[in-house]
Amino acid sequence: MKRHLLSTADLSRDDAVLILDTAEEIARLSARPIKKLPTLRGRTVVNLFFEDSTRTRTSFEVAAKRLSADVINFSAKGSSVSKGESLKDTALTLEAMGADAVVVRHSASGAAYRLANAGWTTSHVVNAGDGTHEHPTQALLDAFTMRRHLGGLEGRRVTIVGDVLHSRVARSNVRLLATLGAQVTLVAPPTLLPVGIGGWPCEVSYDLDSVVPASDAIMMLRVQRERMSGGFFPTEREYSRRYGLDAQRMAKLPEKAIVMHPGPMVRGMEISADVADSVRSVIVEQVANGVSVRMAVLYLLLSGNQSAIGPDIAENDNTEKKGAGA
Amino acid sequence: MSTTYLIKNASVLGGEAADLLLRDGVIAEVGSVGSVRAEGAVEIDAAGLIALPGLVDLHTHLREPGREDAETVDTGTRAAALGGFTAVHAMANTDPVADTAGVVEQVWRLGREAGHCDVFPVGAVTVGLRGERLAELGAMADSAARVRVFSDDGKCVSDAALMRRALEYVKAFDGVVAQHAQEPRLTEGAQMNEGELSGVLGLAGWPAVAEEAIIARDILLAAHTESRLHICHVSTAGSVDLVRWAKSKGYPVTAEVTPHHLILTEDLVKNYDPIYKVNPPLRSAADVEALRAGLADGTIDAVATDHAPHPQEDKDCEWAAAAMGMLGLETALSVVQHTMVDSGLMDWAEVADRMSVRPALIGQVDDRHGRPLAAGEPANLVLVDPEAKRTVDRTALASLSQNTPYQGMELPGAVVATFLRGTATVLDGKLA
Repeated sequence: MKRHLLSTADLSRDDAVLILDTAEEIARLSARPIKKLPTLRGRTVVNLFFEDSTRTRTSFEVAAKRLSADVINFSAKGSSVSKGESLKDTALTLEAMGADAVVVRHSASGAAYRLANAGWTTSHVVNAGDGTHEHPTQALLDAFTMRRHLGGLEGRRVTIVGDVLHSRVARSNVRLLATLGAQVTLVAPPTLLPVGIGGWPCEVSYDLDSVVPASDAIMMLRVQRERMSGGFFPTEREYSRRYGLDAQRMAKLPEKAIVMHPGPMVRGMEISADVADSVRSVIVEQVANGVSVRMAVLYLLLSGNQSAIGPDIAENDNTEKKGAGA
Repeated sequence: MSTTYLIKNASVLGGEAADLLLRDGVIAEVGSVGSVRAEGAVEIDAAGLIALPGLVDLHTHLREPGREDAETVDTGTRAAALGGFTAVHAMANTDPVADTAGVVEQVWRLGREAGHCDVFPVGAVTVGLRGERLAELGAMADSAARVRVFSDDGKCVSDAALMRRALEYVKAFDGVVAQHAQEPRLTEGAQMNEGELSGVLGLAGWPAVAEEAIIARDILLAAHTESRLHICHVSTAGSVDLVRWAKSKGYPVTAEVTPHHLILTEDLVKNYDPIYKVNPPLRSAADVEALRAGLADGTIDAVATDHAPHPQEDKDCEWAAAAMGMLGLETALSVVQHTMVDSGLMDWAEVADRMSVRPALIGQVDDRHGRPLAAGEPANLVLVDPEAKRTVDRTALASLSQNTPYQGMELPGAVVATFLRGTATVLDGKLA
């Protein structure tokens, strides 16, 4: 694995599988009453969030804390493109404080890449969402969730619906799922698909109804209300009718298919409330899995020189089992 | 009394070698090698060097007044002289904007005081570059700065009626409107060329159609008003086709291309290093090829640098926060040699045509610049060593800023000497 996690394009199939397997291992340990592992004791993880994101920041914070790392939350909202403290100066500050890993969320595409490669810091960088570029840990937790429910990803049909143009989740998912052998279909009105999408490793459709019956998993992307004022589609009602997932459409899904959403949802827009709360919905589970996957990522990046799952976790696990048996 | 120079054995426009005598601001004599003698002249052995008329840049941002932290007229014209230029057109997007006779005269005067090359201020088309109403174009034309080129560069004159009026109005003093062709609604928040890569990188696209739509419209307006239109920094294959069509119709349209659009492609954006952030953006390899072909066949009249200095902090940041633009004056000729001459697309006479003769005509300074290298002509010329190689070192540039995209690149050719009205501004590759 590389030093940083900036894009799912950086992950080989082996890397991705290693992360998912590690997360699986960690998830098992997390089921125990004492969830904390000593693995990253003495290491410092900085959550550097230039954009509001309570759920992602909290998820990373819980992940780092369960690995016994020291966590610093550095909220730098508002200084993105305006002239506040620059990304560079923030990075230099964190470097001086001795951060081992920086988890960064930023409104500018490529901010995580710059942070990792501009020579401002020697920390490991984890991209927690950069502009409309990528959100790799979201894709990993999505893959983790799908793998659990679908028994693997090779040949599975994954449909991603919504604002692909502005979605970092879609970009990360398309690449990761392709690496893992899934067949991805993106569904959106043509206005919400990027130019040049023909080169992506996926299929594209404008017609949700034709794709739903051939989906093992369907992921609904959030559609921000401001897209309507931007003229990307005429009305919320029309969007919802053509591209929203309601009970009627959900009924056309294959029997075992799951419904996903990276959150936050706009109920009534891209997904109806009854679908979001249905038994097929794994949306809440995605959140829980996010912690395991982020633990795996932090663990593998920061203890990368050790063997995959690492003796300390494995030993700890054994100790625990022995202890329980005694 | 100025120094008299005898340039010996220079290849004139890359052709036959000759001796040139520069005295009292003019080329006093041109003769076969060894035939010219002059008492007390400083002799310059120009064997292996090519003599070209001093280069003329139609598109330079000197940043003064307002952004003296990025560049000043003095530092910018030093860079120009080192790049072989004897004249630059200083763009109007300063602070305050060059939209009054007062500001253009200030820039013109600063240029005269610096003395490294002639500075011809460009006047803003609209007040404050706001695209709302015409600036006092006539006052700028009549001022000491004698403005002939008008441009809101950095912003497009997007209102069709206003563009029409501007084109009509400048006919009164044989001016030209230089359009920054960028349809604003199609490029809101645009960060890079729109294509497959912008989709992958998650950067908002700047589609070719946003440039081409304005060019097409303005070509038709120029034809309708029978007024001169110049198109700044064309960057797409489609734009080249449109200009070619306009010329085939005999419309009064000219166009320029920047050196960076002749050599760099959008692939460089992959690492999100804002040193490659520029407007219009770097395009595809196919666009680069079309631009080279257009420059070679004369569809594109001129190479213009769009020299755009920015201080370090405006580039050493995340992509979206960075300023657009790159340095160009000190590397333009090398890039043109590399892309056009060494590739066999153009000869040195054509380089002189695209970098001196035609820009001087477009800027209406052809009484002084872009002249033949012949007896009696103003002694504005440059000596180039085409065999030299140099590695670009941003810290060694004369420009106050360091935002060159060619850092560490080896480029061919070096400016050995530049003469402005017979006075050396550069000698032995250094400022004289």
